[in-house]
Amino acid sequence: MDLSIAALLAQDGVTNGAIYALLALALVLVFTVTRVIWVPAGEFVAYGTLTLAGLQLGKPPGTVGLLVGLAIVAGAVEAVATLRRREYARLPLRLALWVGVPVLIAALVWWAAPRQFPLAVQVVLTVAAVTAMGPLQYRIVFQPIADASVLVLLIVSVAVHLALTGLGLWFFGAEGSRTPAFSSASLQWGELTFSAQSLLVVLTSIVLIAALRLFFGKTLYGKALRATAVNRVGARLVGISPGLAGSLTFALAALLCAFSGVLIGPITTVYYDSGFLVSLKGFVGAIIGGLVSYPLAAAGAVLVGLLESYSSFWASAFKEVIVFTLIIPVLLWRSLTTRHHDEDA
Amino acid sequence: MTPQSRPAAPAPALEVQSLSVAYGKVPALRDISLRVEAGSIVTVIGPNGAGKTTLLGAIAGLLPSRGGIRCLGASAAPWSVEQRVARGLVLVPEKRELFTSMSVADNLQLGAFARRRDRGARTTLAEVYARFPQLAERRDQLAGTLSGGERQMLALGRALMARPSLLLLDEPSLGLAPLIVRKIFSIVGELRQAGVAVLLVEQNARAALQLADYGYVLETGECALEGPASELASNPRVVASYLGRAGRPAA
Repeated sequence: MDLSIAALLAQDGVTNGAIYALLALALVLVFTVTRVIWVPAGEFVAYGTLTLAGLQLGKPPGTVGLLVGLAIVAGAVEAVATLRRREYARLPLRLALWVGVPVLIAALVWWAAPRQFPLAVQVVLTVAAVTAMGPLQYRIVFQPIADASVLVLLIVSVAVHLALTGLGLWFFGAEGSRTPAFSSASLQWGELTFSAQSLLVVLTSIVLIAALRLFFGKTLYGKALRATAVNRVGARLVGISPGLAGSLTFALAALLCAFSGVLIGPITTVYYDSGFLVSLKGFVGAIIGGLVSYPLAAAGAVLVGLLESYSSFWASAFKEVIVFTLIIPVLLWRSLTTRHHDEDA
Repeated sequence: MTPQSRPAAPAPALEVQSLSVAYGKVPALRDISLRVEAGSIVTVIGPNGAGKTTLLGAIAGLLPSRGGIRCLGASAAPWSVEQRVARGLVLVPEKRELFTSMSVADNLQLGAFARRRDRGARTTLAEVYARFPQLAERRDQLAGTLSGGERQMLALGRALMARPSLLLLDEPSLGLAPLIVRKIFSIVGELRQAGVAVLLVEQNARAALQLADYGYVLETGECALEGPASELASNPRVVASYLGRAGRPAA
């Protein structure tokens, strides 16, 4: 291996790692605020790629039907909860929020599909559609069992993953999609070549991470999410409702997944069920951060990307094995260096 | 302590009617009724395990309960914890429940989360800093690095950011030095002047009865005694159980 190959592999690794980093952050965010280990993150990645692919082909993506279906179910759940609490006056507003907004986004995507808008507009539509599914999923599945133990939440999370994979097959079909590269340009720097595509991916991830940091550090809602993660009881006592925190969290997490789906589209062919493997790599990164530390999770995800890239060069048949075996020393190291915490109810 | 003589408001800040709470099948509170008039301090004293913290938890909405809870004339039963906070019913819990890995300023800012749509939060923040100059000095410090007394001040300050009409205080003196206890109690007294009703749960019965207008004695989940605080303080049973022989309050 000479320097240029090493550099090429590093570039590949960092590019993939940047995408895994977004997933790792989404997983840490969801876990710290809601205690859900978010197995279905991968489905949101796949939905992201497949939605953009559909828009580029000029046909309405399966997202439209899926979004409308989820919105109707969420609306029904919300209506039952509202009527049970006898808050009749709030019903129209809540239905507008839970059904109206997602259906509006779905209609927009459906209307835009045959019109072949520029890539940037299609990306915005894709991200909007997939992001909207995050809170819907929380409202339907996780909010009603928000006080359950971490184990119950995990089991439900696995069930949601299986259900969403099935729904993915139904709405998007079995064939895979790959989106064209955002740019085919490349930059020469001495011996090294950087593809503009890779730079774009890494840059997008960095911008998203910086935006997330700003959101958590400066805005009231960002601080509210941090507060919920630090002290759930304390958060309720200042008036932060778990429902609000959960919906916001799942919206942000879905947004990150949608972006990783968009970014991974030109790198690999994505099928309705490809997301799981991608999100598992993000999960390994998140585990390196102990599911609580954002910087460690992001760094861990980049490490996973690099490891994957170099092992595909040396032992491509064992690429996935090597990546997932990494979790064993990491878990060992974590169990030796961190004190065990009992789950606080 | 001069007794407050203000006309009783038409609707009390808090009215609890035959409230019962059970942990599974074990009853923790049976048939508790109490009233807190607007702008008055009511204390609940009693031994460990009498159900004092459970009572505040139920009023704040953290625990499910049976019976009536009325807040400023409206039934609070259907409200969630957050909705009660938004309506001015704010709990300062025994464990403080601060956001330890966040700054003092962030903790206070989040205290006003329930009234995020009104613009007065900045003025309230200035008021809280004026009341607790120590918090202003440490505004950029993480809450987890504060001393016990400062933590209690922060917990109280965070609750005041919500502009409560009824403040539920759970053991504000727990584990604090006497000087700081005096400071906290004098601030609670000032809050009464400002029209805030306070329901104060205390183990430090002497200090609580000196400060309060009215008191209840809770024993094994039931209300054993009630009366104006000055009467309770001279009740032989209270003196024997909670104040000790040397404990006759000067008032």
